[in-house]
Amino acid sequence: MPNTVLKSPSEKANTVDKRLKVLDITIKRNQHRQDALIEILHKAQSSFGYLEEDVLIYIAHELKLPLSQVFGVATFYHLFSLKPSGVHNCVVCLGTACYVKGSSQLLDKLEQETNLHQGETSADGKVSLMTARCIGACGLAPAAVFDGKVCGKQTPESVLAQIKEWLENQ
Amino acid sequence: MDLNRLQFIAEETIASRKSIRILCCGAASCKSSGSESIVDELKIAIEAQGLQDEVEVCPVGCMKFCGRGPLVEIAPRNLLYENVRPEDAPSIVKALKGEEEATAPMGDYNHPFFALQMPIVLENSGKINPESIDDYIALGGYQQLYRALHEMTPQEVVKEVIVSGLRGRGGGGYPTGLKWATVAKMPNEQKYIVCNADEGDPGAFMDRSVLESDPHRIIEGMAIAGYAVGANHGYIYVRAEYPLAIARLQKAIQQAKRQDLIGTQIFNSLFDFKIEIRVGAGAFVCGEETALIASIEGERGNPRPRPPYPAQSGLWGCPTLINNVETYANIVPIIREGGVWYSNIGTEKSKGTKVFALTGNVNNTGLIEVPMGTTIRQIVEEMGGGVPGNNEIKAVQTGGPSGGCIPTKYFNTPVDYESLKELGTIMGSGGMIVIDEETNMVALARFYMEFCRGETCGKCIPCRTGTVQLYQMLTKILNEEATEADLSKLEHLSHMVKATSLCGLGQTAPNPVLSTLHYFKDEYLQLLKS
Repeated sequence: MPNTVLKSPSEKANTVDKRLKVLDITIKRNQHRQDALIEILHKAQSSFGYLEEDVLIYIAHELKLPLSQVFGVATFYHLFSLKPSGVHNCVVCLGTACYVKGSSQLLDKLEQETNLHQGETSADGKVSLMTARCIGACGLAPAAVFDGKVCGKQTPESVLAQIKEWLENQ
Repeated sequence: MDLNRLQFIAEETIASRKSIRILCCGAASCKSSGSESIVDELKIAIEAQGLQDEVEVCPVGCMKFCGRGPLVEIAPRNLLYENVRPEDAPSIVKALKGEEEATAPMGDYNHPFFALQMPIVLENSGKINPESIDDYIALGGYQQLYRALHEMTPQEVVKEVIVSGLRGRGGGGYPTGLKWATVAKMPNEQKYIVCNADEGDPGAFMDRSVLESDPHRIIEGMAIAGYAVGANHGYIYVRAEYPLAIARLQKAIQQAKRQDLIGTQIFNSLFDFKIEIRVGAGAFVCGEETALIASIEGERGNPRPRPPYPAQSGLWGCPTLINNVETYANIVPIIREGGVWYSNIGTEKSKGTKVFALTGNVNNTGLIEVPMGTTIRQIVEEMGGGVPGNNEIKAVQTGGPSGGCIPTKYFNTPVDYESLKELGTIMGSGGMIVIDEETNMVALARFYMEFCRGETCGKCIPCRTGTVQLYQMLTKILNEEATEADLSKLEHLSHMVKATSLCGLGQTAPNPVLSTLHYFKDEYLQLLKS
């Protein structure tokens, strides 16, 4: 899963060029091929943090694709996000093994205690709460991914503790 | 690269090994439980004890028993430690000298979980460092590619696969040899090989483990397939949710390229083959072959009607051979030992072994590879050790959202394609989720319907609206607002969605509903409005 860490606004202004450069290199490496659209969107998301409209327009222009097609692909796949995500990212796995071991309780507890719902980012932009269909770590069920690190055998309390720590720290 | 060089690398690798190797599981599950720091601590402990000349630490692929991971094995003494923590490292090293007992609990390779397994696909898993091509070559890697290129004609390779009786391990069970033969006889110059590593079934992680533990096996299998059907370009379509598998595949492809094991004129033959990785972006429907092809082409993962099948018209309209990871992993042993050898394993119609991800409410979770025909009881009760606590087993769910539930009274059924189909479920890619009495089957059916509702691509109406309707009807039942008439509507709609959907996703989405309705009707009846 790409690390979707959005920089603060001041940092953003400084790094725009670098991020665009990364995107340009990727497009060139793929020889502007239209079938490389998904690879390019992956790269764009990992460098920009999410797929903002300008980036989609830019990619459409560079690959000579209709914007509707680029937009259609970006919205079809779950991993692409058109909204900025939080500084920290928590993904709760909702695979069957996690389900029978109580992953929905993890999510219920988080939604109750933090007022954060799945697919949402906290108002201060610190934490995003996401869900995954299955991360393939079924032996560790129920599992959650904190900032890219898979943690197994979670309890509602352990997940909540991590989220609260993120929310309370500066 | 030639055969002598391959053998030279193998001998050098084996000769350079130290007399004792501490193998530490480095697949995703154990890695998440801290196996990397165990490797570091073991190295420090070996230095501290002055054993660096005799003992080495080797991070290996999946050692199967995920539920008791991280696992550490002392080779060649065949000693196994379970639930190892980094702080156990010094005592494990001291135990080698017999100075003290290791603080980590001992594992047992005679445990039914291991004893009933028959590793063919997973024969290298947990034995080699997946990031080292030399380790793979030391176990005879790439020799079958050499043999195929120099000692067999493409027709002979296809024939060997036909004789083996191997069937597609992605779930459908279509005869692999037949598929290969169809692509092989297509006249086009340009053909493609695709490896479907978009393991989307929730509760399944076999393909992930194979890719993480033995990536070169897939590369070699795909290259042999390319030679057999006349394709020189392969794609591996792998889920983005599996970053470790992607990283190891990339590394393996680079290593193979550097050694000229893929590329042009492989082993000084006229055969060229290159492999590219395509990373998916999270869509269950992309496991369906025509949707997967659309996704490789950079489009939305919408399926299209078949025929024409990809074997005739696939990627960019060219004949394309699509097989699942586990299918390709079976090719090397089939070429090595012969199709007849393979066809002697398993049952009459389902040959060979099958890898299952055994998870859910079961004591021993992990990866198992058993011959086809092993009974569900053996898998769940003997290997899995039953359910934890004092609960009773209720059922086993196979095949993910396309499959169904098997109640305990059918546990003596042998696991093969036909028997599972008779019970109203499917083999699927191999997820096996044990369910105990605390799980409500109606809620489970709704869980799958919620999955399918979210994953339908929306192209055809029966699937797009049918799954939503089914989800709402199941919710109504769970809220105790439904009547008997609603139950028959539920069943009727399930059959309709099954019969009229365009692709496999919609055609199988109602299966969990139908199978729970069939075997666990009382649970539905109990929830009806009184």
